[in-house]
Amino acid sequence: MAWEIVVGIETHTQLLTRSKMFSGAPNAFGAAPNMQASAVDIALPGTLPVANRAAIEHAIRFGLAVKGKISPRSVFARKNYFYPDLPKGYQISQYEIPIVQGGTVHFFSDKAEKSIRLTRAHLEEDAGKSLHENFKDMTGIDLNRAGTPLLEIVTEPELRGAKEAVAYARALHALVVWIGICDGNMQEGSFRCDANVSVRKTGDEKLGTRCEIKNLNSFRFMEQAIEYEARRQIEILEDGGSIQQQTRLYDPDRDETRSMRSKEDAQDYRYFPDPDLLPLVISEKDIDRIQSEMPELPSSRFKRYTDQLLLATSTASVLTSDKGLSDYFDRATESASTEIIRQTANWIAVSTNAKLNERGISIQQIPVPALQLRQLVERIVDGTISGKIAKEVDDAMWSGEGTPDAIIEKRGLKQISDSGAIEEIVDEVLAANGKQVEDYRAGKEKAFNSLVGQVMKRTQGKANPAQVNEVLRRKLAR
Amino acid sequence: MLNSTLSELSAALAAKKVSSVELTRLFLDRIKGLNGRLNAFITVDEEHSVAQARVADQRRFRDQAGPLTGIPIAHKDIFCTRGLRTTCGSRMLAGYTSPYDAHVIERFAAAGAVQLGKTNMDEFAMGSSNETSHFGPVRNPWDTTRVPGGSSGGSATAVAARMAPAATGTDTGGSIRQPAALTGICGLKPTYGLVSRYGMIAFASSLDQGGPLAKSAADLALLMNAMAGFDARDSTSVERPAEDYARELNMNLTGLRIGLPKEFFAEGVDPEVLARVREAIRWFESQGAKTVEITLPNTGLALPVYYVIAPAEASSNLSRFDGVRYGHRAKDYTDLNSMYRRTRAEGFGAEVKRRILIGTYVLSHGYYDAYYLKAQKVRRLIARDFADAYARCDLILGPTSPSTAFPLGAKSDDPVQMYLNDIFTIPAPLAGLPGLSIPCGFDSKGLPVGLQIMGNYFAEAKMLGAAHRYQQATDWHLRVPRETAL
Repeated sequence: MAWEIVVGIETHTQLLTRSKMFSGAPNAFGAAPNMQASAVDIALPGTLPVANRAAIEHAIRFGLAVKGKISPRSVFARKNYFYPDLPKGYQISQYEIPIVQGGTVHFFSDKAEKSIRLTRAHLEEDAGKSLHENFKDMTGIDLNRAGTPLLEIVTEPELRGAKEAVAYARALHALVVWIGICDGNMQEGSFRCDANVSVRKTGDEKLGTRCEIKNLNSFRFMEQAIEYEARRQIEILEDGGSIQQQTRLYDPDRDETRSMRSKEDAQDYRYFPDPDLLPLVISEKDIDRIQSEMPELPSSRFKRYTDQLLLATSTASVLTSDKGLSDYFDRATESASTEIIRQTANWIAVSTNAKLNERGISIQQIPVPALQLRQLVERIVDGTISGKIAKEVDDAMWSGEGTPDAIIEKRGLKQISDSGAIEEIVDEVLAANGKQVEDYRAGKEKAFNSLVGQVMKRTQGKANPAQVNEVLRRKLAR
Repeated sequence: MLNSTLSELSAALAAKKVSSVELTRLFLDRIKGLNGRLNAFITVDEEHSVAQARVADQRRFRDQAGPLTGIPIAHKDIFCTRGLRTTCGSRMLAGYTSPYDAHVIERFAAAGAVQLGKTNMDEFAMGSSNETSHFGPVRNPWDTTRVPGGSSGGSATAVAARMAPAATGTDTGGSIRQPAALTGICGLKPTYGLVSRYGMIAFASSLDQGGPLAKSAADLALLMNAMAGFDARDSTSVERPAEDYARELNMNLTGLRIGLPKEFFAEGVDPEVLARVREAIRWFESQGAKTVEITLPNTGLALPVYYVIAPAEASSNLSRFDGVRYGHRAKDYTDLNSMYRRTRAEGFGAEVKRRILIGTYVLSHGYYDAYYLKAQKVRRLIARDFADAYARCDLILGPTSPSTAFPLGAKSDDPVQMYLNDIFTIPAPLAGLPGLSIPCGFDSKGLPVGLQIMGNYFAEAKMLGAAHRYQQATDWHLRVPRETAL
């Protein structure tokens, strides 16, 4: 029997603001416990919330980026429940009218362009943290995170399988970082996903009973968790059982999901409009201003790269996964020729990207200025160095040895394109390798490669490979 | 001195006839003498008050004094004060001291006023008799077997018994006006948003409003000048230019249109109360004011609507009192839930629990639409009733409370009877409108009767003007209870 896996993703995106959602306390990670919690964050008696304008503008930015509807009037609501790291006994969120309604996120999965509809995105505040380690028979409470602005982004249940869900999450991650509303740091919890997973027989219209998986703090765990959960559900159904609606926790150490609570224990959050906050009214004027300040979006750059610059979709997709990378590419290729654009794109998508990942640094920290990379590509295109030598030059550039031209000069890496010099070396090689010459003439193509290798060895790789090929063939043909 | 108005005290201080330290000591002595009987204050710290008085005297010496500099003022124990504990009348906060001052406290500090102490109140401002306080009931100085009204009963009694020249209070459904009426003093509940709620412990956020209690309408105006003002820390604070609330004290009453809602003069109101109120209205007519009969047809729904909305908000507002970070925490508990349960069972009194339960119920899944949402709709109808009425009149007059002060314990076992005492004070806050109460005579038992003057949004100056003109012609507001004679 064929099963279809249906996934919806809810993402808590911590917004990049100076202060918290409803208080003036600094919004930064890593301070000593409770040092960044103000009277409002601790919910001292008499304190009141004031909505953070920067967080609201970030939400509008997101709404514009996904072409959702920005609600002209949205309402903050209280979600009531007791928990020690929830100081007020309620979380200020948005319930009936969220700030962003609808919208679409475009992404690539299995090299195909896909899109997913968003249900909504709403503003809310984060809770604090309960610390169970280091406190025997007690729980420590750290309220530094309490009140951190969050944008909760909810998709329709329209993703098919773990790979597609992860591809969406990666694209969303890239987008929120791209538009500058989130730092994207998943280790610090800046971008946290929950997955709603259900399965149904292929062709069924009706959605199966879903389970919500929490604690997916990396893309890898997300993929594993969804796969495990779908398998679990399919096994139950194939054994004739039925799925209980549950909230489940993913345990990466054991690669399994475990039940946290079932629907029967679901709390009644008693949502109601927060009387301490007026409805959030957003004018057309505000939206227009924010729209005018929006950067070019990844989807539009992707289109420009593939349609105008004729880059391969895979290359364009890597370049537009990170605004810094894309900006770097744009700077390196400003009014460049088609060939330089193509080769620079490939270089950044493959070599630069790999080096960044290897060293675990962001494009902002790259030691190679964009215009120097361009110079390197120019030297390949104009035949000064070969692609292989270029790798050596690139390594030297990453080690801070200077510009490509300086490195080529200093290390004497200039390609030998002097046909007289090459002919001379070829003659020497042919004279010294009688056996290979015979083998080649007897039809062994391998022998030709060996001869090329000999020439390159004698020139320390600097001979122009195309020229070496051409001269060798000509001389051997005689 | 004890019976002087604020402007008289201000003049005496300015003329250096008395120092703030002397004045403060005078009232502190008065408190010492009477508080055992009346229980109006929860916290008094003589050193703290005298130290502030000294600072005020220095300020006057440097010629930097304003009208309230050096004047001792009592604060309802719902306003957070750094120097004095803030209990909100509850065991939950019996040992709580706020690390910050409420906006209202900051404003009075900026004006140079002296904190005289923190006054008793119904627990978390939930009550109409001041009997729900963890610190014991407040007694009415006109008859100590009777209640002073609530929830600002301590502030009202402090002013009535001349233990303080003026006091702050808060009004959610009548908590300033009703105790003012029952103790024969003046109290103003301003338009919602005029006085910042920052640092005022929340009962029902959409209704709570701080305001002054004093002997005269002119004093209320002086206090409002200090209390009111925009505060960015309260999102519901109204941003508008500063105004002088005393600017219409000498208003001309000729042609003033006074609306008399027929629902306020109906059966169920003590005939003696109605008689006194009618006498006051006749005085206004004698000054050239015109009366208009009006109707506020949804008055009867105000009480049930209030008892859905206020408990709903309260149930959520009081969730923060969980024993985790501050306030009372039960000694013995086995796990998190037992800590919550025992802490809240021990920390809250019966009336607070009752309202948390009602509020939790009306917000519950499946009941929200029928109760909370419906109540919000009726609330809009009530606001519309007032809008229609104020198209036909400038001010609305009527009784503040349907009866005079009732005996302690008389209604404690019957919450509905207790709630009915607020029937005339509840409609205005539901619409966010201002209202004030001034004394207009006594019943046959010698208990004061309150006249309620309501006005349109931001009509405080006009309301105070009308009240002041009445007080220029009467002396009800200057009468001192015999039991606490000077």
